[in-house]
Amino acid sequence: MALLKTPLNAVHRSLGAKMVDFGGWDMPVEYRGVLDEHRAVRHGVGLFDVSHMGEIDVRGPQALDLVQYVTVNDASKLKLGQAQYSALLYGHGGFVDDILVHKVADEHYFLCVNASNQDKDYDHIVANNRFAATVENAGPRFAQLAVQGPLATGVVQKLTDINLAPIKRYHFVDGHFSGAPARIARTGYTGEDGWEIYVAPEHAVRLWNEILTAGKSVEIIPCGLGARNTLRLESAMPLYGHEIHASITPWEAGLDWIVKLDKGDFLGREALVKQKQQGITRKLAGFEVKGRGIARDGYEILANGVGSGWVTSGGPAPALNKNIGMCFLPLPLSEPGNAIEISVRGRGVEAVTIPMPFYKRAR
Amino acid sequence: MYPDNYRYTKEHEWVHVENGIGTIGITDHAQHELGDIVFVEVPKVGTHVEQGKTFAVVESVKAASEIFAPVSGEVIESNDVLTSTPELLNSDAHSAGWIAKIKLSVPEEIDRLLSPTDYQAYLGEG
Repeated sequence: MALLKTPLNAVHRSLGAKMVDFGGWDMPVEYRGVLDEHRAVRHGVGLFDVSHMGEIDVRGPQALDLVQYVTVNDASKLKLGQAQYSALLYGHGGFVDDILVHKVADEHYFLCVNASNQDKDYDHIVANNRFAATVENAGPRFAQLAVQGPLATGVVQKLTDINLAPIKRYHFVDGHFSGAPARIARTGYTGEDGWEIYVAPEHAVRLWNEILTAGKSVEIIPCGLGARNTLRLESAMPLYGHEIHASITPWEAGLDWIVKLDKGDFLGREALVKQKQQGITRKLAGFEVKGRGIARDGYEILANGVGSGWVTSGGPAPALNKNIGMCFLPLPLSEPGNAIEISVRGRGVEAVTIPMPFYKRAR
Repeated sequence: MYPDNYRYTKEHEWVHVENGIGTIGITDHAQHELGDIVFVEVPKVGTHVEQGKTFAVVESVKAASEIFAPVSGEVIESNDVLTSTPELLNSDAHSAGWIAKIKLSVPEEIDRLLSPTDYQAYLGEG
């Protein structure tokens, strides 16, 4: 199958980006280099094309009921213009996907979902739609640009009349962005302040260029999926297929805070209640490599020489100047401060479990 | 860019042979493809390496890549500077970023490698 392309594909190529197949999408992994791009977002501002992300619109008199039934967080708590991190679960309690739920209107919720899960998520929601609600796979109607970093607000503000300062984290407004209708959300996947801007695909190239021009004075640079990954890893944000997937539950992934068991029935609730009663046996843990080596996704974890788990995401943490990662470990071992070994090409490399997130921005 | 007196592999390693000793590294093309290099595992002195087999590991931010020996022989020196400054591989892959020196055990292996012209033609095809 041919790779899917965002409206900015030709722009990335003209900028000399290295392109990779990311879940079926032809996406830029880096332009100038992952380390420079990572630094730009931690200390200044970076621009990402995240148009591959999926969007699903849920509308109708029972839109909230459907959202409540298929997600774990309590969407009834959302005010207009507010967003929340949540997840879709199977009946057995494993993840279908992690998502952002935006409340656009009383009868309209807008979900941002992972690119490669878009169709699966849509089918899952439709299959569980026994409510007066319509579900639309809205991905083709949206391009998405992420402007991220401590200097992001100043850059985005140059291109919109909306006063951005009062908009809090995980809130959004619908309005105009450089003349184009846009949803401007103070969200992101980098652990920094920043904005995710949803626009119609035909505006993507013009807006991309205007953002780069608006950010010139603060040295904005385009950033690829490479930096997006190191940034989210430092911030210990889960990535579907790594920290979360169909065989992992929210308790195991340490996402207890997004599960609202008292909100009423939802898909996966029964399994989660049962697992909570029985207790989990493994849990996601953060670690820092102490020996010489870099832990990579899939490497085995040894405790006292015995295979005890696996690395879900691992690599260098450029802002922390060490090698870190996340892994699944048996429950007692997952607490911070435990010595573990990571099997790096057959060699045991010393590591220690540490608290997450690894990096926290200054506020 | 690609020195005339080096020989190259399709896996993007180079070797420079002088007096039966081959100095080995990765090509500028390889370092560019890998991106920011953050870790290098050099072979131990005394190790016997075989042509086409893994003898070092270079890791970028994104991933670990095995480096294959362009020639067989015994490692007589490793570039330990790369342990503390792996970014040398990005800035100077063909010189200061050399990985190891090998005493060739099968000198005629060099004939199976690519000339600079052939290597660059190969890059052009890709």
